[in-house]
Amino acid sequence: MTSRAEPALPQPASVRRRNGMVERTLAGISQAMEHALFAEETARRAGLLQALDPRVKVLAMLALLIAVALSRSLAVIAGLYAVTLALAWASAIPLGFFIKRVWLFLPFFTGVIALPALFITPGPPLAQLPLGLAITRAGATTALFLLLRVSTSVSLAALLIFTTPWNDVLKALGVLRVPDAVILIFGMTYRYIYLLLRTANDMFLSRKSRVVGRLSGAEERRMIGASAGVLLGKSLHLSSEVYLAMQSRGYRSHSHTPSVATFVMRRRDWAALFIAALIAAAAIVLGR
Amino acid sequence: MLNSPAYMHIPDGYLSPLTSLILFILVLPFWYRGVRGLRRRINARNVPLIALMAAFSFIIMMFNVPLPGGTTGHAVAGALVAIVLGPDIAVIAISIALIIQAIFFGDGGILQIGANCFNMAVVLPYISYAIYRLIAAGRPITSRRRVVGAAVGGWIGLTVAAFFAAVEFGIQPIFWHAADGAPLYAPYSLSVAIPAMVIPHMLIASVIEGLVAALVVLYLQRANTPVLEMAERPAGAVEAEASGSVSRLRWLWVGLIILVIATPLGLLAPGTAWGEWSSSQLANMGLMFIPHGMAALENLWGAPLAGYDLPALGNTSLGYVLSALVGVALVAIIAWLFTRLFASAQPHEGQKEQ
Repeated sequence: MTSRAEPALPQPASVRRRNGMVERTLAGISQAMEHALFAEETARRAGLLQALDPRVKVLAMLALLIAVALSRSLAVIAGLYAVTLALAWASAIPLGFFIKRVWLFLPFFTGVIALPALFITPGPPLAQLPLGLAITRAGATTALFLLLRVSTSVSLAALLIFTTPWNDVLKALGVLRVPDAVILIFGMTYRYIYLLLRTANDMFLSRKSRVVGRLSGAEERRMIGASAGVLLGKSLHLSSEVYLAMQSRGYRSHSHTPSVATFVMRRRDWAALFIAALIAAAAIVLGR
Repeated sequence: MLNSPAYMHIPDGYLSPLTSLILFILVLPFWYRGVRGLRRRINARNVPLIALMAAFSFIIMMFNVPLPGGTTGHAVAGALVAIVLGPDIAVIAISIALIIQAIFFGDGGILQIGANCFNMAVVLPYISYAIYRLIAAGRPITSRRRVVGAAVGGWIGLTVAAFFAAVEFGIQPIFWHAADGAPLYAPYSLSVAIPAMVIPHMLIASVIEGLVAALVVLYLQRANTPVLEMAERPAGAVEAEASGSVSRLRWLWVGLIILVIATPLGLLAPGTAWGEWSSSQLANMGLMFIPHGMAALENLWGAPLAGYDLPALGNTSLGYVLSALVGVALVAIIAWLFTRLFASAQPHEGQKEQ
């Protein structure tokens, strides 16, 4: 993809060219951080879903996900997608962003899989195309099922994340009987993901600032091995330090970690739970 | 979310809820085993260790790896984590990373957590680790064979994981249709799904998986050998290892057998199996041209039971069961050959490291 023969001149970041591995990894890292910051920001806005108990949101999301998965009617799944859009709107999530985020990510996997299904699924033809290709009715149905199911499911998960602080999501998992120890580990993992992201970011950034021109593929690969190895060493070292720090503060076991007790179900939470269950049940019955 | 091997992360909508549930149940014993192993080996230290290793797995999935041809991609890093931590603990670390990806980043469906963990957090680390150990075969920690073992282990491990994902996709159209015969979930049959998943993985993603594992092992050999020894000497239990890797694999066999046993359920599915149409059916579908060879070879197989009657359905479905069995057997034979090849070439001489 990149032509290696050219003289290695540093490229300004704005020039659209095949970037090296360092740039692409950096871009990925900053994208992840951006995503987290954005989710944190929308979770703090005043909106419909933000005002609900996280446990209700987790349960409602699961119920609706199952309804989407079980439904055998395109109209029902499309209806559920409309529900997610309405909820996003009511929860102060920018609709354009919400829709784009879901559909931009689709072509990657779903598009590639759904497209050929249009043509090669057996059934009566719906439209005739040149080259002897025909879109079959069954093919169109199948492709639509995939696209709608994936986009609705991704939207449901996004609704939860964009309206609920991550720590609350984790605590709410207690309602699914996820053990406290597991919730504690998930919380720590999430925190250290950002620490390690920062570390990796710094490593790559400092490397980039010391490099003029372009690294060869072999150099890049060696660098990946070294960066990953260093990061692994740092993670292991950090884990023993964290353990010592926990111990010095009196940590013995994870039997008394903060749990669901801090949430209080109010009337609107019960109402929301009831409505979500109703929608899910209706979707499953109608979509049979 | 664009920064992970998205093609291995199965999104919601591709597998029927029943498939997802079965795979979730299949993962449970591995999670149990991993947690139990953690408790036994490193007890109280497990919380921060596992959290940081999960975080590390997550980060390493974001590394953009260039291949010699110029293609780039991302590793799952299941092989690497298994080599460093041992497969039991790797299952937990990678599962946590995958679950956070699913919930927080929308990478992989939430209902598919079981399926994704089965492919990438169970199949991948166990197979990679078994092959790594076979090739390393007790050689010193700085041996070149460990680098080779990591590379081959990662390559085969992810390829087998892709095969499992393909089987999961491929059985969907056998079981689940809309009223008009349109597949409700992943639409392609095993005969399409398996090559479509396995071949690109063999060429790109699995190469990256092996490459990352090998590069990091190479680096650790130069700079940080104690890390490489971690998985092999948990509290000095060396003798547990010879039998340990066998009993670890036993769970994999249990899972495999359950999957294979589940395939004959396809006998209940109505309709012609996808992709196995006769040429007259193809013509009905609007296909304008049917290759001569296809028409000529049509009666080579299963002619006695042609048509729409029940025995014919049994026959086509049986084909799927057979292809699943053949696939599994093929992988088993390759693995066994590796065992023979490297176990006999390498009688244990490896206790004198350092």
